[in-house]
Order: sequence, then structure tokens, then C-alpha cells
Amino acid sequence: MPYRHVGLLAAVVAITALAGVPAAAQDAGRKGIPAPPGHVFKTIISGYEFRTKETRAVQDDDLENPGFLAVERAADVWKKVEGSEGKSCMSCHGEAEKSMKGVGAAMPKWDDKLKKPVNLEQRINMCRSEHMKAEPWAFKSQALTDMTTFVRYQSHGMPVAVKTDGPMSPWFERGKQIYYTRYGQLDLACASCHERNNGKFMRADFLSQGQTNGFPTYRLRDQRLVPLHERFEGCMFDVRAEPFKPLSDEFLALELYVGWRGIGLPVETPSVRN
Amino acid sequence: MKPISRRQAFALGGGFVALTLVPMAADAQVSNDAAQWIAKFTGGKEAAKGKISLDLPEIAENGNTVPLSLTVQSPMTAESYVKEVMLIADGNPNAGVATLMFSPLSGKAEAAVRIRLAATQNVIALAKMSDGSLFTEQKTVKVTIGGCGG
Amino acid sequence: MADKPRIKLPKEATKGEIIQIKTLVSHVMESGQRKDAQGKPIPRKIINKFSCEFNGKPVFACALEPAISANPYIQFTARVDEDGTFKFAWTDDDGTVITAEEKIAIKA
Repeated sequence: MPYRHVGLLAAVVAITALAGVPAAAQDAGRKGIPAPPGHVFKTIISGYEFRTKETRAVQDDDLENPGFLAVERAADVWKKVEGSEGKSCMSCHGEAEKSMKGVGAAMPKWDDKLKKPVNLEQRINMCRSEHMKAEPWAFKSQALTDMTTFVRYQSHGMPVAVKTDGPMSPWFERGKQIYYTRYGQLDLACASCHERNNGKFMRADFLSQGQTNGFPTYRLRDQRLVPLHERFEGCMFDVRAEPFKPLSDEFLALELYVGWRGIGLPVETPSVRN
Repeated sequence: MKPISRRQAFALGGGFVALTLVPMAADAQVSNDAAQWIAKFTGGKEAAKGKISLDLPEIAENGNTVPLSLTVQSPMTAESYVKEVMLIADGNPNAGVATLMFSPLSGKAEAAVRIRLAATQNVIALAKMSDGSLFTEQKTVKVTIGGCGG
Repeated sequence: MADKPRIKLPKEATKGEIIQIKTLVSHVMESGQRKDAQGKPIPRKIINKFSCEFNGKPVFACALEPAISANPYIQFTARVDEDGTFKFAWTDDDGTVITAEEKIAIKA
């Protein structure tokens, strides 16, 4: 896709020119939530606020929102027995509406056995391979993204509440370091776009704060739900970097850190983005 | 090998400049089968402006999913109703988008779909009434390719 | 992918009321324009027709082209004069048809 790179090159020129100008997303009438003390932003703003009224309307109507196709698909899979243990998700967890409430809002979470944080996709696959003795689902597979969306949807409207202290703190620091590191031929960090220049109009698109509260998100571009690590990969590809692997420690650390940057935002999964 | 003359060198250079400009300049070119689709629908008759209100974003958030809604003024009775509405995109690889078929039981000639637009172009709606009369409306939608969302 | 289509319409209406019907069905709507990783064209596979009838009478239908986005969303209206059943059908290029039904009653 050569044109997309022509565009990004222009974008880089634009970003370089804009660097140092304080971002003032809240001036554009975008509603957000006050950030806790010590946070990088004064106001934390969901990606929803950066989208057009047409895109927001698609998200807001739960019939029109195509993300709910995934929620409904996974609601059936939740009850389906798979693997040699003869179990379904429901065998252990009962009604997802109760047992999964709040779970997705607090991911990634520390796992004592693995001595590392795990995210929702990994947790679902651990359940499958350890407790159900079923094949884990591949990352980006419709089945895994559907179930991730379904479980996260049970936290819809609840505030993002990742824990970043204790054993999580080195992971938080690692994620922070990645966030501020410039990558790729275009030499851009996450912060170059999403911290310093969010709210700016670039290539017919508004740069958002890069919040993760809507993931997995239905992207108009892909016409399907996209999991967070695939979006991370996309960003790295766009700056012409060699992306980290989905579910790698690097992306896990970044997921944790970026989750914290959106602390308190309501979970919007399944959101609709461009 | 014959050395390249000054004139040839200039032409080559000009060609290069033109090539690099193509992605932007080609945005609103009509080069598909829109005319055939329209001719088939109208049978060569002229469609009048009016009766149709066509709602599309001026700038699409993403060309792959563009919300479109339309309303055609009509009493929608057995005596007088909108039979068909054809939607055409004049800058897509294929111009056809959809043909909507209404009936008096529709109550209103109102519908919404989501469409793919490959570039900035015109979306044309043509309505055929039960008495055979034809109406048309069109909107230009800007589609940007190349951003992080594109 | 035989997912259940999503349909929204009221359960009841007054006689002669014009109701709005929203439908969404899971489908890739492969345009036939794309190529796979090996450069081979991916064959077209779309929902090419949608129809809705009420008590056996046509209400609304449409012929769809590859320019319709994946997971087709179709919204239209219907005038309801009697109790009855809406029947919906989405026809795939491969001949398979996804069907659904919804009942509606006239408010007493």
C-alpha cells in the first residue's frame, strides 16, 4: 500500500511541525473524565469523542452496532462443551452476566502461577487448555476475538481499573518505556501522536489519545472486530517499524501502561472506530 | 545507446511528476460503468431532480463503511408509490451499489444501508415511481486513503 | 457462518402504523476485488439479495452489490394493518439462504 506511506510521510512532517504545541483536545468540546493526580493528561478522553457523529451513532445503537454480532456468537459458545474434560465456560463460571462482570475492566492482571500479567485473550486460552483441555484459539481468530469481546462486554460502562502496583510495577515501567520510545523509519513514539498531538486533524482524521477502553473494537476499515494487540501491530507497521508479536511481553506491558492512561474511562466494548 | 535529448529528458521528468500526482488528481474521476447502470434503469429517459433526500457524510470516516440513508417523497399507496431506487457510486471499480424495491406495504420510501466507497466520488440515487416517472439526486463523499485509519 | 441475524422491530403496533425495521447479518461480503497473500484474487462471495414479506406479501427487498459493507445493515419501514409474521431472507452467492421470522400484533 504505497499511498498509505505517502500519507504517513506527510503526517510525520505535520507532526514534526506541530511538536511542542500543547494538545488541547478538550477545547474541541470533547467530553472526558478528570485524570487522577500524577496522570499525564488533565482530562482523559475516550476515542469515541474523536469520531464523527455517524460513527458514534453506529456504536450507540446496539442493533446497528455490528460488534454485537460477536457478543451474540460468543454467548452461544460460552455454553458449548468443548475439550476432553467435557466442560464449557459455563460449567465453571455460570452466567457470564454475573461472573464476568468487571473482569475485563481490570485486565491485564497479575497471575501468581505464571509470575506475570495476563490479558483477557491469554486468560481465555488458559481456561481452554488447562481446565477444558480444549485447543487454545489462535490470536486474531474470530473465536478468540468474539469471546474476548463477550467477556469484556460484561464490564460495559464500568471504569477501566487496571492495577499497576506491586509485582505489576516493573511491567508498568516497561510499558511506559515502550510508549515513549521512537520506533521505525518514521521515528515515532506512541507519545508523538497520542500524547503530544491528540485532537489535531491530520490526513482527514483526528488523532485520539490512543485509549483502549473500547477494545476489541469494530473498525470501519476492517469491517470486523480488531483486538488491541492487532491495533498495536498496525500502529507499529504504520511508522514502518518491525512490530512486536501479539501477546508478547512487550505488548502486554504496553497494554497495561496504556490501560492506566485511560484509568476510569468506561469500558465501551464493543466500540466502533474508524 | 542514443543519448537522451533535452526534450526527452524534460518529458520523462514531467511524466514522473504527473505519476506522483496521480493518486490525488484521480480522486474524482469517473471511469466505471455508471452510465450503463443508469441507462439500464432509466431506459434512456431523463430523470428529474427532486423528491429524493439522500443523506451521506460529507467526509467519510472510512470508505469501507459509509452510512447512507434516503427518503423519497411519495404517498406510498397502491395508486402511487416508489417502486425502485437504484444506488450508484461513480468512482468505484463497479458502479452498482444496491437496488431497493419498495411496495405500498413499505409505508414510506425510506431505507438505510452501509456502503463501500473506494475514493472521493459521487453517490447517485435514482427513483422509479409506479407511474414510470424518474427522479434523481446525488451527493459527493470525500474519502481519504492513507491515514492511520485508512 | 450461519449466525442468527439481528432484527429489531416493535412487538405491537396500532393499525396502519408505519414501523421501522432494522436488520444486521454477519457476512464477510467478499467483493471479488481483493487478492490473498499469494496474489491470487479472492473469489466474490456476497449476500446478493435481501427480502422482507409480511403475511406473504412483499414489503421491501433489495439487490446488493459488492459495494455493500461487510455485515450488511439494512433498515426500512413497513405499514402494519393486521396481526402477522414478517419473514426475512438473505441470499448468498453460493445459493444458501439465511432466514428469520418476527411476529407483530395490533394493539387492542
